[in-house]
Amino acid sequence: MKTLRHLIAIGLLTGLSISLGNAVEIRNFANPEQQARYETLIQKLRCLVCQNQSLGDSDADLARDLRNEVYGRIQSGESEEETIQFLTDRYGDFVLYDPPVKGITLFLWTGPLLLFLSGGFLAIRHLRSHRLNPSRPPLDPEEKNRLETLRNQLRQGKSD
Amino acid sequence: MRFLIPLGVFLVMVIFLGVGLSLDPREIPSPLIGKPAPAFDLPTLEAPDRRFGPHTLKGRPYLLNVWASWCEACRAEHPVLIDLARRGEVNLIGLNYKDTPEKARAWLEAHGGNPYQAVAVDANGKVGIDWGVYGVPETFVVDANGIILYKHTGPLNRKVLTEKILPLLRTPQDPRAKTP
Repeated sequence: MKTLRHLIAIGLLTGLSISLGNAVEIRNFANPEQQARYETLIQKLRCLVCQNQSLGDSDADLARDLRNEVYGRIQSGESEEETIQFLTDRYGDFVLYDPPVKGITLFLWTGPLLLFLSGGFLAIRHLRSHRLNPSRPPLDPEEKNRLETLRNQLRQGKSD
Repeated sequence: MRFLIPLGVFLVMVIFLGVGLSLDPREIPSPLIGKPAPAFDLPTLEAPDRRFGPHTLKGRPYLLNVWASWCEACRAEHPVLIDLARRGEVNLIGLNYKDTPEKARAWLEAHGGNPYQAVAVDANGKVGIDWGVYGVPETFVVDANGIILYKHTGPLNRKVLTEKILPLLRTPQDPRAKTP
């Protein structure tokens, strides 16, 4: 009984999230390739109004207009690249979630790798310096005495 | 000396975060700067049978202001536009974006009048897409050769107008600018 109720609850919750996630119009395509092209495109493209959503996820007015634009272009037989070019000509690389590698985005692409490498370099250097010259503090007189007595005990033990 | 290293790292982070905070994430650089203004041919708000497009203004610099009656921020910049029109220094063109002519006319009347020399009606927003419009109001500065020099996103204010936009429009006609 309890499991059934849980299952219903889960079903309701997931069903709800699916219906919320689909703010997108129903589209008809001449062939499945065009449909696939459209669906990958609207996920790749970023909504300019609500900047953390893709065109496909956004319910903004502009996102709807741009989806219509993409739909029209795909239907007229445009390739993915041509449609992306159309949008970047107007809105810049900002509409792409994956900006192309060029001068201004070079640091964006290489930054994480550079950080990783410099971190690794520092870590190795640190570990090495520790192994070669152990920077432990020198023994104080009391410790020296203890060490001496221990050594004596060892020596006596051997001679016995 | 060793304590300087974390301090240095901290300062670098402060600089990066400070720059990040001072940037406006809504300000997206337009790829159209330095490019010819996208052509259009649209009916005007004043007379639907009269058409308007950038070609109408060939040889004259102008400001294209994208606005709509449903746009809240447009209300804030409207007095600035009216003041600009009164001074008559620049050609001010409106692009009424995704609006209806009736609402647009009523809005102008209710908010201090029509500052535009002409208003092109972009009812379905297609021209807006060509100009890369993503947040109304937006203002484009177009020079006498039809090249987009500058774009301002968000409501215009006097500071932006006097410091950024007007100097751009004055320079080409200013005879003093040519003398070395």
